[in-house]
Amino acid sequence: MKGGMTMAASTDATTSTTTDAAPSAPPPVRTGAGWSWTPYLLSLPGLALFAVLLLVPLLMTALLSLNSFSFYGGIQDVWRFDNYAEILADSYFHEVFLRTFRIAALVTLLCALLGAPQAYILRRMKAPWRGLCLLIVLGPLLISVVSRTLGWALLLGSTGLVNQGLMALGLVAEPIEFMYTETGVVIALTHVLVPFMVLSVWASLQRLDPQVENAALSLGAGPSTVLRRIVLPQIVPGILSGSIIVFALAASAFATPAIIGGRRLKVAATLAYDEFLNTLNWPLGATVAILLLLANIVIIVGCNRLVERRYKQVFE
Amino acid sequence: MNRNGPIALIFNALFLAFLLAPILVVCAVAFTPDGYLSLPTKGPSLRWFKAIGDNPEFVRAFKDSLLLGAVSSTIAIAVAIPAALAIARHQFFGREAIQALFLSPLMVPHIVLGIAFLRFFTQIGLGGTFTGLVLSHVIIILPFALRLILAASTGMDRSIENAAASLGASAWTSFRRVTLPLILPGVASGWVLAFINSFDEVTMTVFIASPETTTLPVRLFLYIQDNIDPLVAAVSALLIFMTVGAMLVLDRVYGLERLLVGRGRD
Repeated sequence: MKGGMTMAASTDATTSTTTDAAPSAPPPVRTGAGWSWTPYLLSLPGLALFAVLLLVPLLMTALLSLNSFSFYGGIQDVWRFDNYAEILADSYFHEVFLRTFRIAALVTLLCALLGAPQAYILRRMKAPWRGLCLLIVLGPLLISVVSRTLGWALLLGSTGLVNQGLMALGLVAEPIEFMYTETGVVIALTHVLVPFMVLSVWASLQRLDPQVENAALSLGAGPSTVLRRIVLPQIVPGILSGSIIVFALAASAFATPAIIGGRRLKVAATLAYDEFLNTLNWPLGATVAILLLLANIVIIVGCNRLVERRYKQVFE
Repeated sequence: MNRNGPIALIFNALFLAFLLAPILVVCAVAFTPDGYLSLPTKGPSLRWFKAIGDNPEFVRAFKDSLLLGAVSSTIAIAVAIPAALAIARHQFFGREAIQALFLSPLMVPHIVLGIAFLRFFTQIGLGGTFTGLVLSHVIIILPFALRLILAASTGMDRSIENAAASLGASAWTSFRRVTLPLILPGVASGWVLAFINSFDEVTMTVFIASPETTTLPVRLFLYIQDNIDPLVAAVSALLIFMTVGAMLVLDRVYGLERLLVGRGRD
């Protein structure tokens, strides 16, 4: 999932410069001119792999979500939308999905508030510092989510460093309960996902010519006016596409809510996990998964369209 | 005025501290000499790193993770190279759709993939097997490999290949002697990035791993769900050290910024 949607822009550049002859074909055959099997043969291994190992399993999950489950009989081969109806009707599921989206929205907001200024500050840094700070910001993306979340479990526990610090400063009399609360999950998820926001805003800042800022300054604009009138309009699309990535990843996050939230504070992903591996109600678990997938696709595709249409001139 | 003011520098320092704090805490606690969670105030000890070696389950999961990462990254690269060459240099019907398909695992939540693979592998008798783990990991790491190889094969100079062909080199020779060496930085970085992603994956793998065949992050995750002790801190610290090592190599070879942002360093 890392860097999810940023590749759309970078790979679009590959569409040009592909009209000349294919070097892998014998010289007389010019594949640019007519029909050729070469590209299909080259992508065939991948296509076969993805058809069998991605499309078929997803289709089977969609079908599984239509089955029913009984405690004694196991999975029943019926084809109805009963599981969907159950989730729509039951207030327990409402609560879980509502909590999932509430956490995702808060995490997205925090990531935007922290990540966007940080990206701007990074861009204004000088050579050795910039590389070092960028390494610290982006490096955690490659470190296992379990390790990073464990760090927060150690920090946020009732005897953890955060509470010790707060009590030593006299800010709180009793340790704040972070573990097994939404606050704890939001803090840890913000830490896990904020690099995506920095990346996204950073990418949009690359298009901004620093001379434009200097021009505005030399024409008498104050620093805050430059920020508001020159910089902000340029990075809004970056913030928005970063928000899409962060929201989608936060809404489907599993390991962090499972460790910080514990078994009681359920989100959609941990609910699906429980239905599959503890309750063994696979059809219901599959239904939760399919709903999560649909929500993800709607958010990513829908919002991307919206952002691209609204800020067309920036993407060109 | 293109310089950061004091407020910006303070913000930067706090932001970096926020990012580093949990990682540093894990590494610090891993060196505790005590039998419970604490900071090594009386001096560091390797006690808990030695304890990992005495825990056969963690050792086996670690070996399985390394093997899984190596095998699945190699398969992903082998599939991604021809696909990247097809997409980068041919105009053909369905090209965009094929590229979107290869990148689509990035859009599907890993929890959904885990459930889908669990259902699929149980049906075809691959449930809980190493083969199943390899196949599922190939799918999720292929987009990372493909992106880097695609970038490398789009930017390369085609005239050398044409020269090789006009001098009588066969398609295979031309690929092996000209194309592959030219895209090698992309291929190597793609392999490392794919390996890291396979090695770190937990959400999907937790569904398809079995007690006999599992990965280190999954073993760690299941252990943490029951209790948190210095042993898990030591295992996590080991994972962090390995990743930092791989990251430094990647930064030297390819540039971390280029790798993650997808454009040049300047």
